[in-house]
Amino acid sequence: MRSVVIAGASLAGFSAAQALRKRGFDGTITVVGEEAHLPYQRPPLSKQFLCGEWDRSRLGLRIADGLKLEWLLDARAAALDPQRREVVLADGRRLPFDGLVVATGARARRPGWWVELGGVFTLRTVDDAQALRAHLASGGRKVVIVGAGFIGSEAAASLRSLGHDVTLVDIDPVPMHRVLGEDLGRACLRLHESHGVHPLFGAAVDAIVGSTSVEGVRLRDGRVIEADCVIVGVGAVPNVEWLRGSGLVLDDGVVCDSTCAALGAERVVAAGDVASWTHPHYGQLRIEHWENAIAQGDAAAATLLAAPGAGRPYAPVPFFWSDQYGCKLQLVGSPRRGDAMRVVEGAMDERRFVAVFERDSQLTGVFLFNSVHRVAAYRQTVAAAWAGLTAGAEA
Amino acid sequence: MKVIVDFDACMSNAQCVLAAPDVFEVREDGMLYVLQEEPPESARARVENAARLCPTQAITIEK
Repeated sequence: MRSVVIAGASLAGFSAAQALRKRGFDGTITVVGEEAHLPYQRPPLSKQFLCGEWDRSRLGLRIADGLKLEWLLDARAAALDPQRREVVLADGRRLPFDGLVVATGARARRPGWWVELGGVFTLRTVDDAQALRAHLASGGRKVVIVGAGFIGSEAAASLRSLGHDVTLVDIDPVPMHRVLGEDLGRACLRLHESHGVHPLFGAAVDAIVGSTSVEGVRLRDGRVIEADCVIVGVGAVPNVEWLRGSGLVLDDGVVCDSTCAALGAERVVAAGDVASWTHPHYGQLRIEHWENAIAQGDAAAATLLAAPGAGRPYAPVPFFWSDQYGCKLQLVGSPRRGDAMRVVEGAMDERRFVAVFERDSQLTGVFLFNSVHRVAAYRQTVAAAWAGLTAGAEA
Repeated sequence: MKVIVDFDACMSNAQCVLAAPDVFEVREDGMLYVLQEEPPESARARVENAARLCPTQAITIEK
């Protein structure tokens, strides 16, 4: 293998490039990025960057000298030619490769009622965040945030700290309902309320109202919430359209085996937000978080360099965090809807607690609220719980 | 090898603790402590991984 193309110049793609070099690959590595920027940190976009504490220059990832990467930025991968083994760019350039890393990530989902209108934003890229920050700079905005997942919740916290009026709207009954469930979501709701957010839950959005710039958000029940800034944070969609017809299997991402090798092609791997791989313990999984982008980039690079079929399964204990109102929320493992939840340390009211999720009395995940000092131990506990399961299954 | 943490940038996300628990620790006060400012060479891979995983890029390694 002499040449590798990495489609996607974000965290996962860059991590794969680092890992290829670290593992001794000395052929050419070409990294194609749709954005005009070198890889940068997304987590601060909804926090330090949005609050104005960090400027643009602090977001860049450290790129070591000597990696010898060829960057093609502001260049979109438009197609994959499986016969000739070439990535075709939107401008017609063709990049032949021996090995391909698909790391094209995901984009902010735009619901059916989305309109391009002044004052309406998504929050996914640094350009998104820059535009939002500029819009907020005049101060005293009346902001409606649609979607109370992690991005929406973090944005709410940041904007309250800046003194903006914030209404948080979601069709679910509580914030972060899909990940944390009703009880923990209610604890998050109380956190928003105690910081002056106007909560509007169980409310479906019907339309964005306004002629030249946004004037409000209309709900399905007819109410109009006045706003001069709307942030839509309703999830992300994996960027796979360019791979249609390439022979790769696409189903909510690029479908991979347990080693991050893409199904339907040789020497093609995927990593990061775009990769849906078979986790040896959890089954098919696609993770849109910081640590996974790095670790899966490593795993995909290792698989690419191994003999076909000789890659090792990628089996991380999922971990992510969120910072809201100075509180630290962390989730270890991958609990599913309907898992039983109970608090095992501290108390929800004290805003310092640990809760475990269980299914059939097996541990599936751990949620930590302002309990960072316990996260390493609980990650081991979750890993040990799988090991116990495996041992039990083999016995 | 010398480990330097920019504590203004550190958000105590504990990614470094997960990567190199012998070098980094977050205590009950929620603050990060560097257990070994000059860890042995045997810890290099773990410390480099910690620096890479740090979501605020607050860790640098000298030499």
